[in-house]
Amino acid sequence: MGEFDFSVWGPSLPFIRDGLLFTLRLTLIAMSGGIVIGTLLALARLSPVKPLSLVAGAYVDTMRSIPLVMVILWFFLVIPFLTGTPVGAETSAIITFTAFEAAFYCEIMRSGIQSVPRGQVWAAQALGLTQTQAMVHVVLPQALRNMLPVLLTQTIVLFQDTSLVYAIGAKDLLKAADVVGKNYNRPVEMIVLSALIYFAICFSLSLAVRQLQKRVAIVR
Amino acid sequence: MIEIRDLSKAYGGTPVLKACSTTVAKGEVVVVCGPSGSGKSTLIKCVNGLEPFQHGSITVDGVSVGDPKTDLPRLRARVGMVFQHFELFPHMSVRKNLALAQIRVLGREADEADARGLRLLDRVGLVAHADKHPAQLSGGQQQRVAIARALAMDPVCMLFDEPTSALDPEMIGEVLDVMVELAREGMTMMVVTHEMGFARQVAHRVIFMDHGEIVEDAPAAQFFAAPASERAQGFLARILHH
Ligand SMILES: Nc1ncnc2c1ncn2[C@@H]1O[C@H](COP(=O)(O)OP(=O)(O)OP(=O)(O)O)[C@@H](O)[C@H]1O
Ligand SMILES: [Mg+2]
Repeated sequence: MGEFDFSVWGPSLPFIRDGLLFTLRLTLIAMSGGIVIGTLLALARLSPVKPLSLVAGAYVDTMRSIPLVMVILWFFLVIPFLTGTPVGAETSAIITFTAFEAAFYCEIMRSGIQSVPRGQVWAAQALGLTQTQAMVHVVLPQALRNMLPVLLTQTIVLFQDTSLVYAIGAKDLLKAADVVGKNYNRPVEMIVLSALIYFAICFSLSLAVRQLQKRVAIVR
Repeated sequence: MIEIRDLSKAYGGTPVLKACSTTVAKGEVVVVCGPSGSGKSTLIKCVNGLEPFQHGSITVDGVSVGDPKTDLPRLRARVGMVFQHFELFPHMSVRKNLALAQIRVLGREADEADARGLRLLDRVGLVAHADKHPAQLSGGQQQRVAIARALAMDPVCMLFDEPTSALDPEMIGEVLDVMVELAREGMTMMVVTHEMGFARQVAHRVIFMDHGEIVEDAPAAQFFAAPASERAQGFLARILHH
């Protein structure tokens, strides 16, 4: 076994940057799409309309009971089958993560909605707001605010999980490091670099979440 | 203004309101009192349809609350309600708290709603706090904002559910002052409270409830001078001498 040679990091940077950009894009799209769909799922789960809450509940429970890698693989195989046209690994990854994360964000939003006291809804309705208006203007903003730290923590998990798209060959940060490592025959150095980048981003996000938690605790 | 006829309600199998009947005329101030769990909150929440009821009828300003065809949000917009725990919206400034329903429900322009809100804040002595969030205010201030928020909708009557019982004693007065002023201006009010000083000062009638029944419904002077029922006598003795 030879010495480590970290000079490979220099020429690898353009590839790493592209991979990182895809990883970030995947995270951001899956987060925003997941929170929107997750909130709709949460509303469906809490709805008094039984079929609606049953379907949403079944979706969430299914997603939460299957390993993510398998969901990634299935979607990659099933989406072209459904749409009739093959989609790239990147598109497939974005759809999969949004659909998968929605189930987790759903549960967060559900407890967020339930954390808003009943009296807030009464007050909104007593002012003449409809149920939908009360939800949109009074309950959801508070649910989102109360759950912000948890939502971001889930997003950090999501960011780390995006590395699983290697299973379908999407060109994310890990894949870029892997490719460069093979080309220069420096796999270990490249793995170390990608690990450092994952760590730096997750660590700073965690610190930000902790700051936020303090702020939320004060406002309440 | 408010007409309650033969109102009954049960949670599951447990009755909480039993054939309650009363009326509140325009400009009348009616105080509702009674022991904990006697159904006061439930009764008052039935009046603006926040609680559904199984039997009887309620009409407010000629509109039947129980009628499935009634547009409840529209009715509620005309009935102000003040809660024990204020229920200001914590994520909005005081100003926005006052403007929200004016804009969304009454369709007022933002400027107009804001101006109306500020006038009412001024009236309850809190215009300087317009840009604060509710959590930055004391309980008494929050409750005055809540009253202003209800008044901003130009209600035809006001419902209060123990508006001072969550307040520190030194803040009760400032809220009662606002309510007394409102009563003197001729607002129709139904007030659940144990503040008998307030009742003596402005109430036209006092309703005493126990176990979901209206046990006594009498002119205030008569109620305090000589409560007819033993239960009301006992209740009065307890809250006046604690
Ligand atoms: N959501 C509910 N489900 C079941 N029972 C309820 C519910 N809300 C109230 N009750 C019951 O109805 C009865 C009347 O309650 P209500 O809150 O109207 O009493 P109250 O006179 O306002 O009492 P308090 O002085 O404590 O506010 C009580 O026995 C209470 O336990
Ligand atoms: Mg009560």
